[in-house]
Amino acid sequence: MIAAIGLFIGVLAGLLVQPTVPLWLQPYLPIAVVAALDAVFGGLRAWFEGVFDDKVFVVSFVANVVIAAFVVFLGDQLGVGGQLSTGVVVVFGIRIFANAAAIRRHIFHA
Amino acid sequence: MRPRAGTSDDAAEATWLARLRRSFREPRLNRGQVLAGILCGLLAFAAVVQIRARDAGSQLAGARESDLVVILDGVTGQAERLEDERRDLQSAKERLEFGADREQAALEQATERATTLGILAGTLAAKGPGVRLTIQDPAGKVDADTLLNALQELRDAGAEAIQLNAVRLVASTDFLDVASGGILVDGTRIQAPYTFLVIGDPDTVATALDIPGGVLDVLAERDATGEVSKRPDVRVDAVRAPDPMPNSRASRSERGQ
Repeated sequence: MIAAIGLFIGVLAGLLVQPTVPLWLQPYLPIAVVAALDAVFGGLRAWFEGVFDDKVFVVSFVANVVIAAFVVFLGDQLGVGGQLSTGVVVVFGIRIFANAAAIRRHIFHA
Repeated sequence: MRPRAGTSDDAAEATWLARLRRSFREPRLNRGQVLAGILCGLLAFAAVVQIRARDAGSQLAGARESDLVVILDGVTGQAERLEDERRDLQSAKERLEFGADREQAALEQATERATTLGILAGTLAAKGPGVRLTIQDPAGKVDADTLLNALQELRDAGAEAIQLNAVRLVASTDFLDVASGGILVDGTRIQAPYTFLVIGDPDTVATALDIPGGVLDVLAERDATGEVSKRPDVRVDAVRAPDPMPNSRASRSERGQ
């Protein structure tokens, strides 16, 4: 599958290129990664259930990342950056767990 | 991502493994798939970069302002505590040093006193500038009285340590004439020539011996000769054991402490 190949290539690129993260990006990168991870888990679950749609996946991926980054940015401006960042991470964590549980049920029937 | 209405889970479960194998054998290369692949690649790339950035870089550069304020408060508080501790240790060190200096000064004082008293009591050998007085007594007329007189004159001239032949002369020294000749000094018999080794100011002592009616004149009356030579380095090596004092004790008041 193209997606799996893409993942693999991305890991290789990250290990080889070793870029330095620009300063303005540093607080947002982890949040973006977690948001994207949620989208990927959601897409994976959809594929297991036979309803994977690439358009839905792409839109959810981009939307998750943008909204998460925006919420954290807003929080920083308002002065509650740390708390909002924690909240965003918690919510995405919950969603990832839910998707992972569904995937687990598909694979192991348990 | 929610499943669309009407799709059964069972049908999907039964074929996911088969679908997986099929997709690897015949990958569909449409735009959606490629985009999904690219996005997954981006995610993997960003994740790897973030992990490495966390390993390597300083956490402070990317931290939030509120976090930095908290960190700064913590560090400032720690700095204050350490400053207090430093001040305490500094004053403790000064106390100890000062105490040690005082101890050292007291020790030096006590040692000095012990040396002085030792020299006076004759228990310590002494050396210094002084005078050597040699008395020749061909007529045998020099007696205990003469020597005692000489000793007294030397003391008056500021002599600090005095030795006569091989006997150290101190405050309690006594002179006795011996019938068969010679003189008993503190129980030790000595004979002419009598040599006084005197530590003191050479000029003062030599002048004192030479005054009219002084030691040299008295010696001349008894047909004896006295030879005075000033020396820059006189050694008074004779010592004596301290006298036992069974009756007196030190009284409480110590002046000159």
